[in-house]
Amino acid sequence: MTQTLIVVIYLILLLVLGYFSSRLFRGNSNDYFVASRSIGPLVLFMSIFGTTMTAFAMVGSTGESYRVGIATYGKVASSSALIHSACFFLVGLPLWALGKRNGFHTQIEFFRARFESSKLGYLLFPILVGLIIPYLLVGLMGAGSVMQGVTRGAFPEIFTSTGGAVPPWLTMLVISCVVLYYIFAGGVRSAAWANTFQTCVFIVMGFIAFVTISSKLGGMQAASAMADPGKAVRAGNLTEMQFLSYCFIPLSVGMFPHLFQNCLTAKSAKSFRLTLVAHPIAIMITWIPCILIGLWATGAVMPDGVTPVIPEGTSPNAVLGMMVGKLATPIIGGLVTAGIMAAIMSSLDSQFVAVGTMFTKDIVVHFFGIDRFSEKQKVLLARGFICTIVFVTYLFTLAEPRSVFSLGIWCFSGFAGLFPLVFAAIYWRKATKAGAYAAVIGSALSWFLLFRESDYGANGSYLVGGVMPVAVIFVTCAICMVVVSLFTQAPSQDTLDKFFKKKA
Amino acid sequence: MSKGVVITFMLVLFVLHQDFWFRDDATLVLGILPIGLAYHMAFTAVAAIAWLVIVRFAWPKYLVEEENEGNEQ
Repeated sequence: MTQTLIVVIYLILLLVLGYFSSRLFRGNSNDYFVASRSIGPLVLFMSIFGTTMTAFAMVGSTGESYRVGIATYGKVASSSALIHSACFFLVGLPLWALGKRNGFHTQIEFFRARFESSKLGYLLFPILVGLIIPYLLVGLMGAGSVMQGVTRGAFPEIFTSTGGAVPPWLTMLVISCVVLYYIFAGGVRSAAWANTFQTCVFIVMGFIAFVTISSKLGGMQAASAMADPGKAVRAGNLTEMQFLSYCFIPLSVGMFPHLFQNCLTAKSAKSFRLTLVAHPIAIMITWIPCILIGLWATGAVMPDGVTPVIPEGTSPNAVLGMMVGKLATPIIGGLVTAGIMAAIMSSLDSQFVAVGTMFTKDIVVHFFGIDRFSEKQKVLLARGFICTIVFVTYLFTLAEPRSVFSLGIWCFSGFAGLFPLVFAAIYWRKATKAGAYAAVIGSALSWFLLFRESDYGANGSYLVGGVMPVAVIFVTCAICMVVVSLFTQAPSQDTLDKFFKKKA
Repeated sequence: MSKGVVITFMLVLFVLHQDFWFRDDATLVLGILPIGLAYHMAFTAVAAIAWLVIVRFAWPKYLVEEENEGNEQ
């Protein structure tokens, strides 16, 4: 009951924040979509970091650490510490400069102009939106699992089917509505401010959860001593080829539409400097407590010294919620749950804004012409499409649940597989329109075939010849781009001048 | 200059990331952190320092020009 109350108070706080940031909203689409390119270093960093840290980073990492041990940090977090910043440097900065110079609001606008093809946008749009849906699913499912784990037994008369816990469908519905409210209030500016607030909340609350759980287990040394030693090493949990091929996953940030949009909100290139340096440290601060909680969960017992905190056969998604629910006081449990919700919502908001922006700019305005709709109508169209996608995602959450970590990896694999497209667009003058089509189709097709082979993500250990599927998707995309570009007509000189003159 | 610095850092850090050396060592550092995890924490800190060096000494020239152009306009 106390936990639920604290989470509700937190959600009300967010609604108030959304109301105040709506007062800063200038009422035009440029402000709604890219905050009039006015975001400074601190808010940009918090916003980008908050966006990249979702249920995957908290719920997923704890569950995966419980399942395969500490290798979880090396295979995703420390590689991200290096590669995320590299993507911001090698992709984010050039895209910011090109976006500012040419007035781009979305990735698709950039690709259309770079590859001189209007139809490329119609091909990319459903693929990018289709890949965002599993990402949204990860967030919603993570929120539902944690809330259910933490509130177990709190409402025995109201929610009988879940043992008195708040059912996942209700949590998912409520947080979707809260996020929709504050992004509708002020668009990307609202999302940026809410992310800044929520990033602070989830870092602080993650730390509190860590300290509370370790103290309840008799201190950090006692908790680590209790853990399964087989999970304290990489050997036996992950092969070397798996570990190596996981390095492709963080490249996904180079193709996330919501991060592209976040980058465009920057006031200047210098605004990125803090993000490049602080992002790795922030990843460490967020992930390490979750990895250790997951490791400790492998051997943790209740104060009676016998009963395991996590019963055998527990879903990895539920590990964090159960550790917090069983080992923290109700007030701490509520605060930590609010922190986890903060991490989840700080990603959902940017993703919602990005899909709305893409639909309005890349499909509706592009098809009907820029003067067909007023500024107000454009914002309304974006909101309508966001509601549709949220509804579709919500329907997916009612289907058979998947591991948050596994689903997240499939989503990131799709975006990472498209990385050669954006890299070639920025750095390779010979990258052609036909090459871009081949790269998009090749990576989408290979992603779908492999996803189907893995029983649509149900087989969490699925590998192709011992390597992660992302490696195959990435290589397919790169080969298609290079081979087809070499044999097709190069872009016009005008286009090359527009996209390459500044980077001599 | 900037390209060379960035590529060198990336390659060195990528090799360091593979850590074959602690893959089956379960030693707990300070009795808390498995050594493989402690190593990757140190790696993360080194990655942040590498980015600090890049930002400080290898900031791309085209961005400086872009900023100056923007200010003039």
